[in-house]
Amino acid sequence: MSEFPFADPFFGLSWLDAIIRIVIVVLVMTLVVVYLTYGERKVVARFQMRLGPTRTGPIGLLQGFADAIKLLIKEDVRPRNADRWVFEFAPYLTFIPVFLVLVALPFAQDWGVRNLALGMFFVFAVLGLNIVGVLMAGLGSGNKYALLGGVRAAAQMISYEIPLVVALLAVAMVAGTLDLNAIVGMQDSRPFILIQPLAFVIFFTAMLSELHRAPFDIPVAESEIVGGYFVEYSGIRWSMFQLAEYASLWAFSIFGSAIFLGGWAFPFGEDWGWGWQLVLTLIKSLIMIMLIFWVRATLPRLRMDQLMSFCWKALIEVSFALLLVNGLFLYYDWPEPILAAVNWVGAILFLGGIYLRAARKPSTKNLVGSYKHAEVPNP
Amino acid sequence: MSIWPEERVAAADSDLDTVDMTVNVGPQHPATHGVFRMVLTVDGELVVGCEPYIGYLHRGLEKLSENADYRQAMGWWDRTDYLAGMCCEGAYTMAVERLAGIEVPERADYIRVIMMELSRINSHFMFLGAFGADVGSFGTSFVYAWRERERIYDLFEEVAGDRMFPTYFRIGGVTMDLPDNFESRCRWVLGSIKQGLEDMDGLLTGNEVFVERCRGLTPVTPEQAIAWGFTGPMLRATGVPWDIRKAEPYSVYPQIDFEIPVGVQGDVFDRFHVRLAECYQSVRIIEQCLEQMPEGRVLAPKLPKTLRINDGELYMPTEGTKGEYGVYLMAQGGTNPYRAKLRSPSFCNLSALTELVVGSYVADAIIILGSLDIVLGEVDK
Repeated sequence: MSEFPFADPFFGLSWLDAIIRIVIVVLVMTLVVVYLTYGERKVVARFQMRLGPTRTGPIGLLQGFADAIKLLIKEDVRPRNADRWVFEFAPYLTFIPVFLVLVALPFAQDWGVRNLALGMFFVFAVLGLNIVGVLMAGLGSGNKYALLGGVRAAAQMISYEIPLVVALLAVAMVAGTLDLNAIVGMQDSRPFILIQPLAFVIFFTAMLSELHRAPFDIPVAESEIVGGYFVEYSGIRWSMFQLAEYASLWAFSIFGSAIFLGGWAFPFGEDWGWGWQLVLTLIKSLIMIMLIFWVRATLPRLRMDQLMSFCWKALIEVSFALLLVNGLFLYYDWPEPILAAVNWVGAILFLGGIYLRAARKPSTKNLVGSYKHAEVPNP
Repeated sequence: MSIWPEERVAAADSDLDTVDMTVNVGPQHPATHGVFRMVLTVDGELVVGCEPYIGYLHRGLEKLSENADYRQAMGWWDRTDYLAGMCCEGAYTMAVERLAGIEVPERADYIRVIMMELSRINSHFMFLGAFGADVGSFGTSFVYAWRERERIYDLFEEVAGDRMFPTYFRIGGVTMDLPDNFESRCRWVLGSIKQGLEDMDGLLTGNEVFVERCRGLTPVTPEQAIAWGFTGPMLRATGVPWDIRKAEPYSVYPQIDFEIPVGVQGDVFDRFHVRLAECYQSVRIIEQCLEQMPEGRVLAPKLPKTLRINDGELYMPTEGTKGEYGVYLMAQGGTNPYRAKLRSPSFCNLSALTELVVGSYVADAIIILGSLDIVLGEVDK
C-alpha cells in the first residue's frame, strides 16, 4: 500500500519509528487538550447564554495557553499531612494510562502509533489502570473530600467498566476481531452503530461515567466535595489531572467513533487518502465530544446509590442480554439485518423506558391544592 | 499523619469496626450559600451526625437598630435578607408606621407591593439557580436565573438608584415616584421573568435526574413543620396553606387576587416546586398592581423631621421570601426603639437541619441544605 505514506516505518527503523509516532501523537494530543478545554468553555458558555473566553487572542483562541502558563508558574503545594510519594506520583499514574491508550488508536488506516492485534483488549486493560492514580490521589492527599472522591471514583469506575467492556465485546463478536484497525475497516459501508445501537447507548453511558462527566461526575462533584480527589493539588500537578481528563475524553471519543461510527472508513472506505481519513476520525470524535458537552451543560448529578443501582440493576443486565442475543445470532448464522432490527428494538425499549420514567413530570401550572385563602394551621 | 485521630483509629482496630469521619463543610464551600458551616459526621457516604455553626455574618442588627434613629436603621434591615432587600425594608417601615400611626398614600403602597414582589421573584430565582447548581447542573440553571435577576436589578436601579440594597422605602411612603416609562419596562421584565420560569421549569422540573434526586427526599409532615417553626415555602411545601399575605394581610394585598401554592408531602422537590409556583403568583400580583395603581403622592404629607414614638410595642409579621419575616419593635419614647427584634425565617427553618440531614447521604445533605433556602444575613442578623 504505497499510496499511504505512513504504512512503512519511518526511516526503516522500527524503534525510531515508534518514537517519532509517539512524539507526534503526544504533541497533537497536548494541542487537542488545550483546545478541548477552550472548546468546552465556549460550548458550555453558549449553552448558558454567555460568550466564554474572548480576551486572549482572537475570540479567545489563546486562552488554553494562557491557562497552561499560569498553571506552570503556580506554586506546587503539598499539604502537611499528605503522604508524600503517593501524593506526588498520583497525577502521573492517572496520566500515563491515557497516553498508553493513544498508542493503540487507529487515527487513519495505517496511521497510528502501533496497530495491535488485540487493540480493544489493550485499551480496556490500560484504561483500568487509571483507577490506581485516582485512588492514590484520594488516599494520599490527607483530605477528607479527596478521600470521599477517591473512593467514589474507584467504586464507580470499577462498576461501570463491566457494562462498558461487555457492550464492546458484543460489538467485537459481530466484528469477529479485537483488532481496532480491522474493526474500522469492516465499517466502510455501514457503521456498527446501525447494527449495534444498544451497545452504543450502553457504551456512551458507561463512557460518561468512566470520564467522570455529568451526570456521573460524582467523584469530582463541585458542589459537594469540591473537586474530589484532586482538591489538594495545585499548579502543574493539578494540570496533569486536567490533561488526563481531557486526553481520556478525546481518547474515548476516538475509540468510540472507531468502533461505532466507522472511524476513518465510513463513508469513503479506503479509496480516499489518509488526510480525509484523519479528518473523518476528527469529525466523528468531535461529534462524540459535543454530545458529552451537551449532556454536561444540561443534566444535574446523580447520587452515588442511584448511580450504582443504575449500573448493577439496568446497564449490566441489558449488556449481558445483548451479549447473549448477539451470540445466538452468530451461532445460528442468522442474517445481519434481523440482528440489527432486534438491537434497534432493544435500544428503543431501553431509551423509551428512561423517557417514560422522565415523563412522570409533575406540572407547576396546576399545583395540587392551590388555595385562595390562608388557613390557620391547627395540628 | 492521618486524617483520623489516632486514638479513634486504635479503638476501631480493636473492635474490627470502621471509623466515622467528620467532614467540615463550610464556611468556605460552594454549597453553603454564604458563610454557613456544618460539621457532618459520615459513615462512608451516610451522614450520621450534623452540627451546624452559625454566626459568621453576625452584625448586631438589633442592637444597632436600638441605637439609631428610626430612619437611620433602614439601611441595616435591607442587609438582612440581602437577596430581597425590598421585602426587609418593607417589613421594617411598615412596623414603624404601624407603631407611629402614620398613614401611607395608596400609590406608595402599590409601589411597595410591586417592589416587594419583584424582590420575592429575585430571591426565588436565586434559590432556583443555586439549587440547580447544588443538584449538579454545572451552572446552567444558575446562569438562567441570573439573566432574570439582572433584569430585575436593572429595574431596581432605574427606580431606586441602587440594585441590591435600594433603601427605597421611607417611613411614610417611598423616596421618589416611579420613572415615567416604569410600566412598560416592568411589563417587559415580567414577560422575561415568565420566560425564565418556563426555561427553569423545562431545565429542572422536566429533568429525570433532578426529579429522581429530589422526590421523596426528607418528607416533612405538617405537624412536624409547625413544631419546628417552619414558615413560608417550607411550610407550604408540606401542604399547609399559610401565607401571611392572606392570613394577616398588610399593605394592599387584600385588594389583590392571588393564590397560595402548596406542596403535597413537604419533600425537597415540593419545596422547589412551591417556590417556582410562587413566582408565577408574584407575577400575577405585580400585573394587578400595575393596573390598579392610582396616581397621587408617594410620601405622606407632614411627616415629622425627627420621628419620636411614645410608649408602645408591636410585632409586625410579613411574608418574607423565606417565611414569616417578623419585626418586633418596642418604643419607650425618644427617637430610637427601646428594643428591636427580628424573627428571621431562615434561622427558624435552619433549626431543623440536623433532623433533616441525619440519615441521608452526603450528596443529599447538600441539597437538603440548599432546599432550606437560607440566607446568612438573615440567620446571623
